[in-house]
Amino acid sequence: MLRIRNLEVGYGKLKVLKRISLHVAPGEIITIIGANGAGKTTLLHTIAGLLRASGGEVVLRDQNLREYPARKIVGLGVSLVPEGRQVFATMTVMENLQMGAYLPMRRDKNRVREQLAWIIELFPVLHERAGQLAGTLSGGEQQMLAMGRALMAQPALIMMDEPSTGLAPLIVKNIFKVIVKMREAGNTVLLVEQNAKAALHIADRGYVMETGHILAQGAAADLLANQDVQRAYLGRDVDAQT
Amino acid sequence: MYWEEEKECMSRDDLEQLQLERLQSTLFRAGTNVPFYRKKFLDQKIDFEEFGSLDDLRRLPFTTKDDLRGNYPYGLFAVPLREVVRIHASSGTTGKATVVGYTRNDINTWSHLVARILVAAGLTKDDVIQIAFGYGMFTGGFGLHYGAERLGASVIPISSGNTKRQVQIMQDFKTTALVCTPSYALLLADYMYENNIEINALSLKFGLFGGEPWSEAMRSEIQSKLHVLATDNYGLSEVMGPGVAGECRERNGLHMAEDHFLFELIDPKTLEPVGPGEVGELVITTLTKEAFPLIRYRTRDLTRFPPESCPCGRTMRRMSRVLGRTDDMLIIKGVNVYPSQIEEVLLDAEGTQPHYQIVVEREGRLDKVTVMVEVMEAIFFDQMKKQRELVEHIKSRLATELGITVEVKLVEEKTLERFEGKATRVIDKRTL
Repeated sequence: MLRIRNLEVGYGKLKVLKRISLHVAPGEIITIIGANGAGKTTLLHTIAGLLRASGGEVVLRDQNLREYPARKIVGLGVSLVPEGRQVFATMTVMENLQMGAYLPMRRDKNRVREQLAWIIELFPVLHERAGQLAGTLSGGEQQMLAMGRALMAQPALIMMDEPSTGLAPLIVKNIFKVIVKMREAGNTVLLVEQNAKAALHIADRGYVMETGHILAQGAAADLLANQDVQRAYLGRDVDAQT
Repeated sequence: MYWEEEKECMSRDDLEQLQLERLQSTLFRAGTNVPFYRKKFLDQKIDFEEFGSLDDLRRLPFTTKDDLRGNYPYGLFAVPLREVVRIHASSGTTGKATVVGYTRNDINTWSHLVARILVAAGLTKDDVIQIAFGYGMFTGGFGLHYGAERLGASVIPISSGNTKRQVQIMQDFKTTALVCTPSYALLLADYMYENNIEINALSLKFGLFGGEPWSEAMRSEIQSKLHVLATDNYGLSEVMGPGVAGECRERNGLHMAEDHFLFELIDPKTLEPVGPGEVGELVITTLTKEAFPLIRYRTRDLTRFPPESCPCGRTMRRMSRVLGRTDDMLIIKGVNVYPSQIEEVLLDAEGTQPHYQIVVEREGRLDKVTVMVEVMEAIFFDQMKKQRELVEHIKSRLATELGITVEVKLVEEKTLERFEGKATRVIDKRTL
């Protein structure tokens, strides 16, 4: 579905992504883990068209995304759930969701209605809060709204940037459960997470980033067992275990 | 039947993407964690961050057996020793042996790749597998063992040797698959015929053979004598062990595990890639090894890649059976032996001059090595005891160094043929 080869991105002279190659197959949950500043968010923003790459290719279903501006990339089937939710605080929950469907609304209103019904099934709380201003929601509810809004665009690929940031463990668990449900419904997910352990537990495969490189990649279970990964990102002291 | 269908049958396009991703992170890890590669890249002004395609691989330097020896024992490990859960080594003592390490993930990958070749050969979890490869430092026994367990088959870890017991167990335990060297399979067959053991009464269905070169003639003989489907498999301890490539039931070349290794064929003289379908030296780059990554390792094995696709449905390309070596390594009873190892022992042993010859024969089904050494005349005249002592001394030193027993014969000075230019130290009389 998504194939990235040798992607390079820089801010000025500083190269932030160095020949990143990765792929996402339909129906997969792929997680990208790594420390702060490894380039994870830069990668998502480049795929979404918010940043311009200086080299390499980003191909989504035979379309080279590098040729398109961000607003067109949404139409090609890529939605981003940004870090820190960024819901429209002064709009109601329902209005936020409708904003997410501004493209498909023009094509098929019935399909949008079905999608909305499914999203409310995923996040019943959004239904309860439908008329409430988004800014008044709790952090966890805002995260669900941001995810719901992204799903309203009926994306082929949904990208999530640190959905667990600042949320209570119980709510994080809930969010991750929903991500698994999204996959069961046929969605494809690219998940950037600092909470590497939780992410690897629900992902099919993962990529480990460090200083703009991909340090390791593989089946999520293998990465969980990789001791480099354990030490650096799972906060586990390998020696202390034995 | 496949073990990992989604991998073994993946499209070439998807495979290339996977190989590129894995190559880039392998280069990053080797170039960062292994001083040998870091220095090599630095010296040759190679920026591995610039690698953007599989073809770029050709710009990288080769890794050779000497590099492995020069970094004995742990110099090429890419992870700290505490992350290594297994260590294997080739024959030879200090300075000659090559040592390889495996992390837990490496063992897991290895098990899967061996399970792949077992399934490709036709085995299932219902099979009873008799592993008559040597266990120990050699990768053959443990490699097959872990793969067979992963498959879920019943494993008999009998190890090599003791033919009578092998046959007894094969009968009593109802072994369905035999794993050993092809020459040992023939030895077992001979034993059974000599002792009037009814082959049809055995449960044997499959034979997986490797560890030494063999021929189609040997395959036919094994198949007709033991009533098995005989398949070839390939591996080398430096790279992983068995599981690098293995035949499917078509028995027409060995499918290479291209999702875990990159395979190239080069002309051993020009070091350039050979044309499609031509014979060349196999060069392997590991793509997923954590503890012991290798970049462009020259295997010294000659083979070719048959260009046709295989009717079995696997998309992984095949290599033909190994056609020969580009160095002087001998494979004796499945053990790799270099004449230089023998030479060093001889030079070391008191009273010998560096004139020797290594004769390799097949006595019955098994390899036999005789080392002929010239000694000073004095010894021949008066000191029988000294002669015997010398022979025993050399024999035991060689046994320690090589891990196999060899015969030693002392001969008088100037009785061995002298060569102009490159000496032919090895006389290999074996025919396959």
